[in-house]
Amino acid sequence: MTTPAVLAGQPVGTRAKITGFALPPNTHQRLLEMGLTTGTECTVVRYAPLGDPLEIRVRGYHLSLRQSEAAGVHIAIVR
Amino acid sequence: MPSANTPLAATSPRLTSAARAARTVAIAGNPNSGKTTLFNALTGLRQKVGNYPGVTVEKKVGRFFGAHGDPFDLLDLPGTYSLQTRSPDEAVARDVLLGRRAETAAPDLLLCVVDAANLERNLYLVAQLAELGLPLVVALNMMDLAERNGLVTDPAALSARLGCPVVPIVASQKRGLVELKHAIVAHLDGAPPRRAPLPEPLETAARPLAEALARERVVATRFAMAEALLLLSAVDDELVAALPGALPATVEFARTQIERAGIDRLSAAVQSRYAWAAELAAATQHANDAGRATASDRLDTWLTHRLWGWVFFLGVMAVMFFTIFRVAEIPMDWIEAGQVVVSDWAASAIPAGDFRDLVVDGVIAGVGGVVIFLPQILILFFFIGLLEDTGYMARAAFIVDRLMSRVGLHGKSFVPMLSSFACAIPGIMAARTIDNTRDRLVTILVAPLVSCSARLPVYALLIALFLPAGGAWRKAGMMLALYALGLTAAFAMAWLLRRTLFKGERSLLLLEMPPYRRPSLRATALRMWERAVMFLKRAGTAILAISIVIWALSTYPKPEHSDATAAEALATSCAGRLGHAIEPVIQPLGYDWKIGVGIISSFAAREVFVGTMSIIYAVENGEEDTDSLRDRMLAETRPDGSPVYTPLVVFGLMVFYVLAMQCLPTSAVVRRETGSWKWPLFQLAYMTALAWSAAFLVYQGGRLLGFS
Repeated sequence: MTTPAVLAGQPVGTRAKITGFALPPNTHQRLLEMGLTTGTECTVVRYAPLGDPLEIRVRGYHLSLRQSEAAGVHIAIVR
Repeated sequence: MPSANTPLAATSPRLTSAARAARTVAIAGNPNSGKTTLFNALTGLRQKVGNYPGVTVEKKVGRFFGAHGDPFDLLDLPGTYSLQTRSPDEAVARDVLLGRRAETAAPDLLLCVVDAANLERNLYLVAQLAELGLPLVVALNMMDLAERNGLVTDPAALSARLGCPVVPIVASQKRGLVELKHAIVAHLDGAPPRRAPLPEPLETAARPLAEALARERVVATRFAMAEALLLLSAVDDELVAALPGALPATVEFARTQIERAGIDRLSAAVQSRYAWAAELAAATQHANDAGRATASDRLDTWLTHRLWGWVFFLGVMAVMFFTIFRVAEIPMDWIEAGQVVVSDWAASAIPAGDFRDLVVDGVIAGVGGVVIFLPQILILFFFIGLLEDTGYMARAAFIVDRLMSRVGLHGKSFVPMLSSFACAIPGIMAARTIDNTRDRLVTILVAPLVSCSARLPVYALLIALFLPAGGAWRKAGMMLALYALGLTAAFAMAWLLRRTLFKGERSLLLLEMPPYRRPSLRATALRMWERAVMFLKRAGTAILAISIVIWALSTYPKPEHSDATAAEALATSCAGRLGHAIEPVIQPLGYDWKIGVGIISSFAAREVFVGTMSIIYAVENGEEDTDSLRDRMLAETRPDGSPVYTPLVVFGLMVFYVLAMQCLPTSAVVRRETGSWKWPLFQLAYMTALAWSAAFLVYQGGRLLGFS
């Protein structure tokens, strides 16, 4: 089974499948256009030296986003 | 060629043998896809950089020739991840593609640059371009990098599935360019590619809307479907509200239909395009050794490391500042020497009189005073180009974003702020990379608070007055403190503006971290050249005009008797009278009218303050001799015999120069970049108020505390 969770604060190396969003429409669409669509898998790569933003690997490339947005990305942890 | 969906001959004009007019190819691509490299490789130096009228989007057109010498105009579109438009600036790329901008020829063919090492996400833009129904050629770039990363790509299979030519290239090594040109020429009147299938209810709702859009002539028939899809998935309703006639209602109806079918209109089209892109990528590319850490990954563990990341970042900044302030001195001395030669020549060639003064003291001195910063600006853009080319800029933004976001700025505000240490003008121009309008405006408004190099000579003079006997280290410390004050003020103002005038939606950071790459010196040189031309053009127009105005103000009206000294002449001029006129305003700061004249003349460029002071205090052989000017100023007394330049007054004046907006060329650029006089005037007002209040607090507060 999967655990309901958000992308923000996940430890480095976590593999996650995106299950949904709780973000303003504009932000939501921007994330979609960068390839973070529902059902996509991504991996937490690293956090910036001050803990924010975080860098993830998605669709074969690296993307960084802030914790505040990552907190609106619902995920299921892939084991 | 794969089979076509629809014939296109009806919509594109056939070239007759007589018409050898250039045909237009628009080049699109994701940021970091190597689009600019390809553009430069195809066009060389045959390119023009300008602006689309009314907006700040850069318009770049280049020319290349086909195998038979047939000319093509290559139109560079801004790098973008998506054609969904959210701001007027973003709308430009779309309008150009759709042939809606009157001054720009509609493209005959689209060339999409796709990063083979990042195929899936790059194919998303291809999916959107395909919806436009224009002939498309895909340049599959960075094949070498993809191979190194263990990715095996099949361009033929991709071409067959897309229904358009796909040409593998390595733009940085000019590999595959001949084949690419051939494909472009052969496909000019070719069929548009296949497009990604969309959910049935979306298609059903979009079709009648597309027909209505074509009927109302909002867009040409071939683009109507793409426009309908854009309107249906738009978040911002301004686009819809701007439509003519009953169209807003038609859009609303179609949206309701889609939602009734249980489909989220905001995400449905994006989801299907990505599903298509993922399928396409999986079918045409496979990874040999997936999961292997690339060299770039290994490098990033150090360069974004908790400790070493900062060490490296600060090291890069230190090298950059050292070069800008130390190495640039050498060519700056040359420019100064050249200016003296030109000015001497003009003085001997033109008979004495007002015209000679205009040329020598107005034009040559004024424009020269700004052009002298060219070496610094070039070095600055050299570094920025290098940092961007290597991919380090994204890491720098990644590292500092937390600090910047605290005050409501953006990781991307980093470059404009950094540039402003050399000159606010390139800094403000660099703010174009910030896509959010609020973030961009805040960055532009606070950029001139960062101490630019024009303040350097003023700081040097004032520090010499403040610490006449101080050692080099104490003076350097003072200089550093002034720079720190400017930066702090910029951050504080950004924070304040974000909480007052620019309240609202939090800014968004979505930053691609491209793999590290070897920079191309050629591309960097080209970029420096572009910036230099842009800066010199500005010096030749706005700055020239401002210099002439300031010269006239400090020359006319002339003193009645002709044997008046330069200082007396200045006192009777408009600038002198203005100095007297503002004396009541600056008296609470401890300044007399002479300082007032210096402040007013600084509006041409701040370092003019030093020259003006030299004229006022009639220092022998005028310029550059800071020591004699310092002694003369220190000896200056008020009518009651007390010194004018007490440490407290000088300290207040330093604070004033850190915070005041005294640069008309910058105001002219802000007007250009923001499109109205509203923001430059606001900037002038708030910075003047800030500078005055701070200098007032320093002077009056200091007196209360018993300083003098």
